[in-house]
Amino acid sequence: MIEFRKVNKWFGSLHVLEDIDLTIEAGKVVVVCGPSGSGKSTLIRCINRLETIQSGDIIVDGSSLSDAKLDTVKLRTEVGMVFQSFNLYPHMTVLRNITLAPVKVKHVSPAEAEKIAAVLLERVGIPDKSQAYPANLSGGQQQRVAIARALAMKPKIMLFDEPTSALDPEMINEVLEVMTDLARDGMTMVVVTHEMGFARRVAHRIVFMDQGRIVEANEPEKFFAAPESARAQQFLSKILSH
Amino acid sequence: MDFQVIFNNFRFLILQGFFGFGTFAGGTLRLALPAIVLGFILGTFIGLARLARSRWIHWPARIYVEFFRGVPLVMVIFWFWFIIPALTGKSLPEYAVALTAFVIFEAAYLAEIVRAGIQSVPRGQIEAATATGLSRAQLMRHVVLPQALRNMIPALVTQFIVLLKDTSLASIIGYVDLTKAAQIVNNREIRPFELYLFIALIYWLCSYSMSRYTRRWENRLSPSPS
Ligand SMILES: Nc1ncnc2c1ncn2[C@@H]1O[C@H](COP(=O)(O)OP(=O)(O)O)[C@@H](O)[C@H]1O
Ligand SMILES: [Mg+2]
Repeated sequence: MIEFRKVNKWFGSLHVLEDIDLTIEAGKVVVVCGPSGSGKSTLIRCINRLETIQSGDIIVDGSSLSDAKLDTVKLRTEVGMVFQSFNLYPHMTVLRNITLAPVKVKHVSPAEAEKIAAVLLERVGIPDKSQAYPANLSGGQQQRVAIARALAMKPKIMLFDEPTSALDPEMINEVLEVMTDLARDGMTMVVVTHEMGFARRVAHRIVFMDQGRIVEANEPEKFFAAPESARAQQFLSKILSH
Repeated sequence: MDFQVIFNNFRFLILQGFFGFGTFAGGTLRLALPAIVLGFILGTFIGLARLARSRWIHWPARIYVEFFRGVPLVMVIFWFWFIIPALTGKSLPEYAVALTAFVIFEAAYLAEIVRAGIQSVPRGQIEAATATGLSRAQLMRHVVLPQALRNMIPALVTQFIVLLKDTSLASIIGYVDLTKAAQIVNNREIRPFELYLFIALIYWLCSYSMSRYTRRWENRLSPSPS
């Protein structure tokens, strides 16, 4: 479904992604973790072309992202993204936040888009908030709306960039539950997170990054029981100790 | 003090001087309103151009802004008054000259307000919209500009208040705005204290009511309390 082939990316002289090789099959959940600044966000932002790469190739659902004829709009309708800071549109109601892209990009009729939105709001557990504005929702509710907004495009892949890092502890679980449901339904997901409980329960594979490289990629049982690299051991002991 | 002079010349001061109905080319509001509207439209294009990636677009816009912010408005009015006839052989009426000069001059300031307004919208908004497949034009129109506009309102109102008062500069080419109308009446009646106090009150009322309603207007554009 997603394949990184010897991907390299620089920001100026900073080598943020170094020879990345990674294959993610359809229906799998991959958790990406690693210290801050290791390139996790950049890695997943390449998948929907929020960032471009300088060498190597990325194949998403059969299309090469380095193809000059690539239909970026189509790519982005197939890849949904959820951000750490929610990024809901503050001047629109929850309903309009969700229906904007389906109506403008996929030309779904407004009535149809609203029906889809209602179903999604039900699914993320806030069916009664469609007329609310983002500022009137809790962080957890805002992030669930952001998930619904991404799902409204009926994507095949969902990217999550630290979706719970900006949340108060008591709201983390409500978001993780929605993500767990999504995984159970067979969504292909790439999740940058430090929620190791979630990773252990839901992920099919854990990818550990450090300084722009994938240091280790393994099944959760193996990764948590006996991380191969010293960096991963260090990272885990730090993160699990609190 | 004798305020009879105000009542006797009320129609001339208000209708001719403030609104611009009468025998002379004039009117504070008749110049200020179209100047802010047209200046804002031109300023939006220049502000957007300043944010363009291509240097062939953002450099000219930058030069425009730096240039007109660096020269006095009176001078711009004089140029158009003397240069247009020199170039075209025809002289334009006072109103056309004044409006052209104001629009071109104000557009430089308004372009900066528009640019700052657009840049005040967080990057994450653009990223979220891009990630759902919206084109640049679509995300500008539906996501960035509505938020930018709301952030611009206080600066726009301030700029309009300045503009409203600056219209009196057009009197140097014979345009009869509120200040000039008071001056004309005063030349005949010699009642400077009453007359200038009166027009000060008019200017103040306009400015004050505008800044008072700014908040209400802001809230209407954005129903979310944030
Ligand atoms: N747009 C950018 N321009 C320059 N440097 C960047 C940019 N985005 C990220 N970086 C740098 O790239 C490195 C990796 O960033 P990022 O992918 O956000 O890491 P992570 O998500 O793992 O914390 C960091 O050193 C960061 O400062
Ligand atoms: Mg990050």
